[in-house]
Amino acid sequence: MDYVVEMVGIRKEFPGIVANDDITIRLKKGEIHALLGENGAGKSTLMSILFGMYQPDRGTIKVNGKEVRISNPNVANKLGIGMVHQHFKLVDPFTVTENIILGSETRKYYFGLDVKSAAKRVEELSKRYGLNVDPYAKIEDISVGMQQRVEILKMLYRDAEVLIFDEPTAVLTPQEIEDLQGIMRNLVKEGKSIILITHKLKEIKAVADRCTVIRRGKTIGTVDVADTSREAMAEMMVGRSVSFKVDKQESSPGKTVLQIQSLTVKNSKKVDALKGFSLDLHAGEIVGIAGVDGNGQSELIEAITGLRQAESGTVNLNGKALNGLSVRQRNESGIGHIPEDRQKRGLVLDYTIEENLILEVYNKPPYSKNGLLQPAAIRKHAEHIIQSFDVRSGTGGRSIVRSMSGGNQQKAIIGREVERDPDLLIAVQPTRGLDVGSIEYIHRRLIEQRDKGKAVLLVSLELDEVLNLSDRIAVINNGELVGIVKTSETNERELGLMMAGYQKEEAPHE
Amino acid sequence: MWTTIEQIFPYAIAYTIPLLITALGALFSERSGVVNIGLDGLMIVGSFIGAFVIFKMQAQWPGQSWVLWVGLLAAAAASALFSLLHAFASINLSANQIISGTAINMIAGALTIFLARNITGSGKISITNGFAPFDVPWLSKIPIIGDLFFTKTYATTWLVLLVLVLSALALYRTPFGLRLRSCGEHPHAAEAAGIKVQSMRYVGVMISGAFSGLGGAVILLTYSGEFTGNVAGLGFLALASLIFGQWKPLGILLATLFFGFATTVANVSQVIPSLAVFPPVILKIFPYVVTLVALVIFSKSSNAPKAVGEPFDSGKR
Amino acid sequence: MNNSVKSLLAVLFGLIAGALLMALTGHNPVEGYKYLIQGGLKNPERIGNTLATATPLILTGLSVAFAFRTGLFNIGAAGQMLFGGFCATAVGLSLDLPRALLLLVMVLAGFIGGALWAVVPGFLKAKYNVHEVVSTIMMNWTAYWTVYYVIPAYFKGTSLETESRQLPPDAMLHQQWLSDMFQGSYVNLGFFIAVIAVLIVAFLINKTTLGYELKAVGFNRHASEYAGIAVKRSIVLSMFISGGLAGLAGVAQYAGNASSMQIGVLPSQGFDGIAVALLGINAPLGVLVSALFFGILYSGRGFMNAMTEIPPEIADSIIAIIIYFAATSILIERLYRKLKLRRAANKKQGE
Repeated sequence: MDYVVEMVGIRKEFPGIVANDDITIRLKKGEIHALLGENGAGKSTLMSILFGMYQPDRGTIKVNGKEVRISNPNVANKLGIGMVHQHFKLVDPFTVTENIILGSETRKYYFGLDVKSAAKRVEELSKRYGLNVDPYAKIEDISVGMQQRVEILKMLYRDAEVLIFDEPTAVLTPQEIEDLQGIMRNLVKEGKSIILITHKLKEIKAVADRCTVIRRGKTIGTVDVADTSREAMAEMMVGRSVSFKVDKQESSPGKTVLQIQSLTVKNSKKVDALKGFSLDLHAGEIVGIAGVDGNGQSELIEAITGLRQAESGTVNLNGKALNGLSVRQRNESGIGHIPEDRQKRGLVLDYTIEENLILEVYNKPPYSKNGLLQPAAIRKHAEHIIQSFDVRSGTGGRSIVRSMSGGNQQKAIIGREVERDPDLLIAVQPTRGLDVGSIEYIHRRLIEQRDKGKAVLLVSLELDEVLNLSDRIAVINNGELVGIVKTSETNERELGLMMAGYQKEEAPHE
Repeated sequence: MWTTIEQIFPYAIAYTIPLLITALGALFSERSGVVNIGLDGLMIVGSFIGAFVIFKMQAQWPGQSWVLWVGLLAAAAASALFSLLHAFASINLSANQIISGTAINMIAGALTIFLARNITGSGKISITNGFAPFDVPWLSKIPIIGDLFFTKTYATTWLVLLVLVLSALALYRTPFGLRLRSCGEHPHAAEAAGIKVQSMRYVGVMISGAFSGLGGAVILLTYSGEFTGNVAGLGFLALASLIFGQWKPLGILLATLFFGFATTVANVSQVIPSLAVFPPVILKIFPYVVTLVALVIFSKSSNAPKAVGEPFDSGKR
Repeated sequence: MNNSVKSLLAVLFGLIAGALLMALTGHNPVEGYKYLIQGGLKNPERIGNTLATATPLILTGLSVAFAFRTGLFNIGAAGQMLFGGFCATAVGLSLDLPRALLLLVMVLAGFIGGALWAVVPGFLKAKYNVHEVVSTIMMNWTAYWTVYYVIPAYFKGTSLETESRQLPPDAMLHQQWLSDMFQGSYVNLGFFIAVIAVLIVAFLINKTTLGYELKAVGFNRHASEYAGIAVKRSIVLSMFISGGLAGLAGVAQYAGNASSMQIGVLPSQGFDGIAVALLGINAPLGVLVSALFFGILYSGRGFMNAMTEIPPEIADSIIAIIIYFAATSILIERLYRKLKLRRAANKKQGE
C-alpha cells in the first residue's frame, strides 16, 4: 500500500497532560483524509508534530515509506508537508508575495530580495489552482477567505505534496466554505494529498474520503466516509451516542422583555456595522441570531450591554429605555451577559474564582460594606455557584481562574450570570471550544432559563446550535436584519441563503 | 537669523548623530520584537569602554588618530556584548523587557563609575583629543548647502549616515530584513516559515547594543571629550525618537534631527538674542512635550511592530 | 518556588556578584561587606541614618509597586518625586504657618505635586492608550528642566546658584527627640510617613472595594469594562495614587533628609524604586523590607569607602545586579525544577 504519510503510535506528553497517547494515522496518496476529534482530543498536537513544531515522545513517522525525524518546520517543508493553520500565520503589513516567500526568499545580487520574480510565480500558481489572489495586496487589506488562499499558496509555492488544513472553515462564510471545498477537490485532482482537521461532521461528509477518529489522545479507528453515518462517526468521537436534537418543550412566550428599534452602531473602524436593526424578544423564548462572523453581531450585543455607544435607535428593557445608561446601570436593570470571549471579557484570569464570581456585584452588599470587601459573604456566594453549576477546579473557590479548563471557566461565567437572575440573558457563542459534555450541559441550562420565563438572546456562529436551541431565528447579514423565522418552519438551506443576504421568499411574519 | 542658523547647524548635527545611531539600533531590536529601554545604559557602556581604550592607547601612541577608530570599534563590541544580558533575559527567559532594560541602565550606570573610580579615582576618564571637525573639500564651497552640511563635520557623522542608508537597505531590501521584521510583527508566522525567531531577536538586540555603543563613543569623541558616568538621558531621547519616527529609518532621521535642533537651540538660546526672548525652561522641555503630543497623535495609527515586547513562546499559538 | 525565596536568592546572587567585583578590582570582599554593614548598622546614629536613607526608597518602591499591582509601569517615580519635593519645598519657603499646619500642607503639596505629574501619563494612557513607560520618561525630563530653571529663578539659595534656599526649621521633618533617640542621626518624621503609607496601601490593595476595582482593571481592562467598572477613571486614579506616593518620597527627601533642593539631578531613588518594588514582590510589606535592605547598602557605603577605598558605587552596582537577578529569577526556578525532576528520576532508578 502506498501511503504518503504514516504516523504510528505517536505519544506526546506536556507537563501534567498527555495530549497524544498512541495515535496512528495513515494518509493515502491523492485522498482527503479527515482527522476528527473533539476540542482537546489532541488533533492540533498531532499535526504540530507532523509539521515539526513538537517532537513526539514515542512513535514513528514515515513519509513516502521512509522513516523521518521532523525536527522543525523547515524539515517538514523539505519533505513536502505544508500546513494551513487555524490561526493564519500571516504578517499583516506585508504583501501577499512577501508572506509567501518569507523563509525561502528569492534573491538577487546575493544580498538583495527579489520580489518581482516571486510575485510572478505566485500569480501563475494562483491562476493554475483558481485562487485569484493579487500578489501585491497587503494582507491587512484582504478578506479572511483571501488570506486563507494565501496560506494555501504558501504551501504550493514550497511544492508541498501533503497539505494539512487545521479547522479551515471556522472563519469562513457558507459561500467561502463551498469555494474552499472546490479548491480542495482541485488540489487532490492535481495529485496532492490532504489531511483535514475538523470537528464538523458535515464537512467530512462533503469532501473527505476517509476519516480517522481520535478521542482523548487515542485513535478510535479509521473509516470510509461514504459507508459511515454521521451518527456513527459522532459516537466514535464522543464515546457514547449523541443526540443532535436538544429536548425541549414548545415555548410559551410572554410579555416583551427586549425591544430593539432601528439600532445603528458603528464599529471601531467608524463604519456602520449594524444598520437599522429591530427585534423584539419575549419572556420565555430563545431567539437565535444567525449569521456569519463579523456581520454586526458583536456590535449588536455591545450596544445592548452598553459596551459600545449606539449611533441611533433605541433599546428598551421591560419598557424602560436603556439609551445613555452605563454598563453597570444596564446590568442592574436586568441584563445578564455571557460574553463572546470568555478570557478577554468574561473573566479576570489572575483573580480567584471567588473574586470572579462577584465581578459585577463586588461593590454591593453583602459583598461590600462601607467600601470594604466582605470575604465571608464572597466565599459563601462562590461555594453556592460552584456547587449548583458543577464548576470544577483544583482548590475550590481559591483557585486562580487561569488554571481552570475552558469548560469550567464557562460554567463559572454562566453560573455568575444566571445567579444574578436577569430578565434578559444574552449568550454569545456560549459553547465555543468546549467538549460535547459541557456543550450539552450549557444547552440544558439555557433552555431551563427559558422555561423559567426569562428571555434568552443567543448569538452563535454554529448554525446547528442556533437551530437546536432557538424558538425563533433572526438572520443578520452585513449589519442588516434579513428576516426572522420560526425554527419549526425553516431549515438549514433556507437559513444559509438568508445568511448570504437573500431575502426569504415570502415576507417575514412578524 | 541666517547667521544664527549657520552657527548652530554644526552643533545641532553633532548632537543629532549619537541620537540617530542609537535610535537606529533600537529600530533593529524593536523590529525583531524586543523593546530595548536599556539604550541609555548601553550608550554609557560604549562611552566608558571607548574612553578607557582610547585613554590607554593615547598614552601609548600619542597623537595617532587611528586610536580613535579602535576606540569606536571597542565601544561597539563592548556594548553588543553587554546587550546580551538583555537579550538573554528577554528572549530566553521571557523576562519583563522593561524591567530587564531598566536593570541594564542601572548596572551600566553604577558599574562603569565603579570601574572608572578604580582606574582614575575621580570616576571620570578624559581623552586627550577626539575627532577634529573638518570641512569637506569642494562640497563645502557650495553656497548655502556647503555652509550648512559640509563645514565643521566629523568623520563619525558620515559614518553614521552611511550606516543609516545601509540599515534602511538591510531592513527593506534583503531577506534578512524581511525575516527580522516578521519576527517583530508575528513571530509565530516567522516560526512556521522556518525562521529561528530567537536567533533573529538576538541579532536585533545585539545590533542595538553595538549601535548604542557607537552612539556613546561618538558623544565622547565629538563634543564631550570625557566619560562622566552618564549620557544625559540621551538613550531615553533615542527611544522617544524611535517612536516619534514611527519605527522607520527616515522617520527616525527626522525625529533625531528635530531633537538635535530643539536641544541645541535650548542650549544656546541665552547667547543668541533672537532666541533669548523665550524662557529657557520652555525651550528645554519643548522636545519632551512635543513627544507627548506625538504619542497622542500616533496613538490611533501606530506603526509599532505588533509583537514588540511580547515574549515568544513557540508552544503558545 | 515561593516568590520571597526567589527574592532572597536574587539578593544572595547580587551580593556574590558584588564580592566578585571587589575581588576583581583588588579589594577584599570580606572587609568590604564588613564595613558596609557596620556603616549601616554600627551604632544608633548609623541605624537612624539607614532608616532615613530607606525612607524615600520605601515611598518610591511603594509607588512603583502600587502601579504594578494595578497594571501600570510607573517608571516616572523620579520625576514625580522631584516635582512633589519641589512643590513641598516651594510651600515651605513661601508660607508662614504654625509648624504642624505647615508640615501638613507641605505633605499634601508633595503628594498632590507628585500625583499631578503622574496623572498626565495616566490620562494619556486611559484616553489615548499611550504607553505609560515612554510618557513617564518624558515627564521625568520635563520635571528635571522645570525644577532646573524655576529654583534659581524664584527660590535661589544665598551661596550657590544650583541650590534652593534652606528650608526654615519649622518647614522640616526633622524632630529633635527623634534625632536624640538615634544619637544625632538625621532620621526624621518622613520615616513615619513612609510606614503609615505602607499600611494604608496594604489595606487599600487587599481589603477594599476600590482595591478590587483597581487591580481588576490592571489585570484585564476588557473584563473590567464588561463588569461595569469605570476603567479610564481607575487608570487615572491608580496613577494619581502612585504619583502621590512618589511625591511623598520627595517630601521625605528634600524636606527631611536634606534641607534644600539641588538642581540638575534626577533623584536616583526614583529608579531604585523599581528595584525595591521588584525585590519586594510588589507587596507593601515586601517593599518595606527591601527598602530597608537597600538603605543599609546606601547608608553604609560611605563608611566602607573611607575604611577600604572601595568606590561607593559598589552599593549601586550590587542593587542593579540584584534587580537583574530578580528579573531573571525564572532561570533559577527552571534550574530548580530540572534538579527536582532529575532527583525524582534518580530515585526511581534506585528503587
